[in-house]
Amino acid sequence: MTISQLRKQLTAGETTPAKILEGLAGEITARDSKTGAYLSHDLESALAEAAGADLGLPLGGIPIGIKDNMNVLGQPCTCGSKFLENFISPYDATVIKKLRAAGAIPFGRLNQDEFAMGSSTENSALQTTRNPHDHDRIPGGSSGGSAAAVADGTAIATLGSDTGGSIRQPASHCGVVGLKPSYGRVSRYGLVAFASSLDQIGPITRSVEDAALILQAIAGFDPADSTSLDVPVPDYLSGLNDGVKGLKLGVPKEYFGEGIDPGVRRNVEASIQNLAAQGAEIVEISLPHTEHAVATYYVIAPAEASSNLSRFDGIRYGHRASSPADILDLYKKSREEGFGAEVKRRIILGTYVLSSGYYDAYYGRAQKVRTLIRRDFENAFQKVDAILSPVAPTPARRLGASAADPLQEYLSDIFTIAANLAGIPGISIPCGTVDWDGGKNLPTGLQILAPHLGEAKMLQIAKAAEA
Amino acid sequence: MSHSHIDVRYVANLARLELSDAEVAEFQPQLEAILGHVEALSKLDVSGIDPTAHANEIFGRMREDVPHESLSQAAMLQNAPDQAQGQIRVPKVVTDA
Repeated sequence: MTISQLRKQLTAGETTPAKILEGLAGEITARDSKTGAYLSHDLESALAEAAGADLGLPLGGIPIGIKDNMNVLGQPCTCGSKFLENFISPYDATVIKKLRAAGAIPFGRLNQDEFAMGSSTENSALQTTRNPHDHDRIPGGSSGGSAAAVADGTAIATLGSDTGGSIRQPASHCGVVGLKPSYGRVSRYGLVAFASSLDQIGPITRSVEDAALILQAIAGFDPADSTSLDVPVPDYLSGLNDGVKGLKLGVPKEYFGEGIDPGVRRNVEASIQNLAAQGAEIVEISLPHTEHAVATYYVIAPAEASSNLSRFDGIRYGHRASSPADILDLYKKSREEGFGAEVKRRIILGTYVLSSGYYDAYYGRAQKVRTLIRRDFENAFQKVDAILSPVAPTPARRLGASAADPLQEYLSDIFTIAANLAGIPGISIPCGTVDWDGGKNLPTGLQILAPHLGEAKMLQIAKAAEA
Repeated sequence: MSHSHIDVRYVANLARLELSDAEVAEFQPQLEAILGHVEALSKLDVSGIDPTAHANEIFGRMREDVPHESLSQAAMLQNAPDQAQGQIRVPKVVTDA
């Protein structure tokens, strides 16, 4: 059931927040042992909050699941890592404060790739999450738990975080809606940082309208985040049903080349035709630096990660190695024992590209290519209102399929990464299913990209594409 | 950016990260493959292009200097792996002369 449907039932007195929470807890007990989306949930504290829920608020009495890298006072925040296995948050992230102010109840902690590094949720150090459509497959990553829970019916809606596609790609693989806002639109305060110039928090939902409802609640200026934008938040719901008649929608030729599964291409093209039939003008465009997006990302993101993760030293919180020889040994052993392979790979890569003698060749150059990628979008948005593309080249692959080859996994993010480098918003909406690699009826996703702060029009197009 | 060799153990040490021999053997070819892919950036002409460090060009913005309550000592210490007398305990840092 969607948030909108539940809101009607709540205001009509047909259900209560407590009944909704107990229902979800029952669904988790019944099915989550197979899907593994939840790392933990605290029904008792959620019920205590539900007792005081104000049903007159926009999200009054609605439980929202939270990716395990956002701080909720008194709840665990493991980031899918052994390093933070026993960490309890001493404060609420700004998005949590905003959800509470809109009447929502944060409920449940959802599995993810460790410190949001990965495209499959296989890099969680704590448990395996499976795709609810096919338990032998990945849910996508890094917000795999958040997407799988919504698809599995064990959550009504969730928050994820997106650094290179980590909301849109798992939403696509699980057949739900995932929205990455413009950089600066939603506060990052209280999100455990991975790559600070790329990270954004956004909703994963069952409908475009629900995504708009949650974005409305969490968007806005936050003085606690120095990168937060001090600009008014528009009404994301009022124009939702305005359709696409007269809008120009760009289709980048670089997003339909080799490597894209024919079934994915067919479904995305059918969605584009659907929008054309509703009156949109479809225009072929070019984003010439697309092929360099992954390389640029895998210099910039690990560089920022190596810096951000230096705070995990075993001193103030998290894992500490026992019996270290000295303080340096404590740092090195705590990090060796606490971090998983993908996190270590990225710390080493990031340290390398920032190190003396290599900084200009790697990091400095990647920042300049980032400018070129950003200009591609600026040029495209001179001609079109939004851009349409696949979310991922293939549907969800089998668990373990790319375990030994991280580069192959990195390349699967080719269609989502550029939006993070440019800071523009993107949304993934379900667009049919395909039979692929022995799997049946695997979800595929349509991606809609919009200019910076263009979420309202992006949601309007997404609503039309959803129909 | 003419070579993609990386001394994994040396760089890990810079990052204050101990690695096992097995990890070094695993990461070495993987990181070289990733750096090999990144080499493609060296073919682009970026002369005269300004770098983008951030998607939003906000620099040096300060928040209002308004006093507010900070986290309590108990909240600060609740996740500390080792503590004594209201403080976080660490191994000896200063050595004898």
